[in-house]
Amino acid sequence: MTKDDIRICFLEELVKIAPDIDPGTVPPDAHLQDDLGLDSMDILNLVTALHARLGIDIPERSYPEIATPDRAVDWIARAMG
Amino acid sequence: MGLFAMPSLGADMEAGQLVEWLVAPGDVVRRGDVVAVVETQKGAIEVETFEAGTVRRLIATIGQDLPVGAPMALILAEGEAAPPDQPATALPAAAVADDASQRPPPADLPGAKTPAGGVAASPAASPAARAQAHALGIDLSQITGRGPGGAILLADVEAAALSATKTATAPRARIRPAPGTEMRRAIAAAMTRSKQTIPHVYLSQTIDIQDVMDRLTAWNAQRTPAERILPGAIFLHATARAAVDVPQINGHWVEDTFAPAEAVNVGLAIALRGGGLVAPALMAADTLTLPQVMEGMRDLVTRARAGRLRLSEMTMGTLTLSSLGETGAEAMTGVIFPPQVALIGIGAPHVRPWIAGGVVAPRLLITLTVSADHRALDGRLVSQFIAAFETHLHSPEGP
Repeated sequence: MTKDDIRICFLEELVKIAPDIDPGTVPPDAHLQDDLGLDSMDILNLVTALHARLGIDIPERSYPEIATPDRAVDWIARAMG
Repeated sequence: MGLFAMPSLGADMEAGQLVEWLVAPGDVVRRGDVVAVVETQKGAIEVETFEAGTVRRLIATIGQDLPVGAPMALILAEGEAAPPDQPATALPAAAVADDASQRPPPADLPGAKTPAGGVAASPAASPAARAQAHALGIDLSQITGRGPGGAILLADVEAAALSATKTATAPRARIRPAPGTEMRRAIAAAMTRSKQTIPHVYLSQTIDIQDVMDRLTAWNAQRTPAERILPGAIFLHATARAAVDVPQINGHWVEDTFAPAEAVNVGLAIALRGGGLVAPALMAADTLTLPQVMEGMRDLVTRARAGRLRLSEMTMGTLTLSSLGETGAEAMTGVIFPPQVALIGIGAPHVRPWIAGGVVAPRLLITLTVSADHRALDGRLVSQFIAAFETHLHSPEGP
């Protein structure tokens, strides 16, 4: 799975949780909580969806590592090895 | 005999729009089954039936705007063919599937809620017709009876109500001028009414949650995302348990007196993306384990965001919890959601200096503030509730 594939997956799951976000225009460095307004339940649902879809389990202590789409894609790519 | 009517989500709701039927004529429904989806000021709401029976006729049509109380469907209880006074032919089987639009509209029948005053001589009417007319706010003198000797039958009242529904529909623009605007108005109305009628009293307590959070972090670290628990679930769990200990905080202020609630249905304030706030209730929250509370919260938040809350959740809350989440302001004195008598406000946790055992140490703290209706509650009881909350928060159950 390429980083582009991961980015598509990530944005698709993000938009399921926050349908008002346009995946085409969301900045790659937008902070999920500070800029996009996700709360702790949204983050948990996003992590749960990514776990179900990609099989990667993002632990709570790594949540800061997925704080933006760019950082999340990098982290997931590493985790998927 | 049940006319399934446009429900009210509160004193401030005037009308709603039918957007979806989830039943069809002939369907058997149980108590609590979702029958229809109605668009209201507070978003789309799934409306349940509170009577079991068979759907005989759908009166309202999709897209129709209906005032609160307007009949939407006819649901007859099992074994109940027709009301006692109603001729069997009034609702022949063939008519069951009739769409409202196919029924001949009764001629010159006025709308519901004719102005008060001008009391006419009470016409002959069956007791059932009289009761239904009263329930629907229809003036009997304005109805043409088709029973023996021109007496008004239940079917005549229903027909009048049906006709009224057609004429009294509110313009759609009035219900939803812009997304979010109507919800803002609903919030404004409820909060203004709360502050104008409820003498709020506030009690606060700072609570050390470091140990609770440490346990929760360790618990979550060993679990998949689907099994993880958020601090908000622990707060709701403790709120529900404390409400059992201090039942005077759990209920409603109605007709100048406190009516304690039998169940602890904890309303959860949920911020919606794009603005707005809803507070659906987690039903019987005191009977749930912590993982069940988390599951219920997750379900409520998901459905709140998707616009799929149920009428019971929107109307049967007995106490509300408003938690600011993991970041943000450290305290909140909330506004009570009437007719409830208390709102529990919890600020975001912050690390602050804290003295324990004579030593100052950095600890994770929350500030809990209870807004209480002083007509129903005194400070002493609220203090007891806060102490009970703290006890349950630190109880070893779950994480």
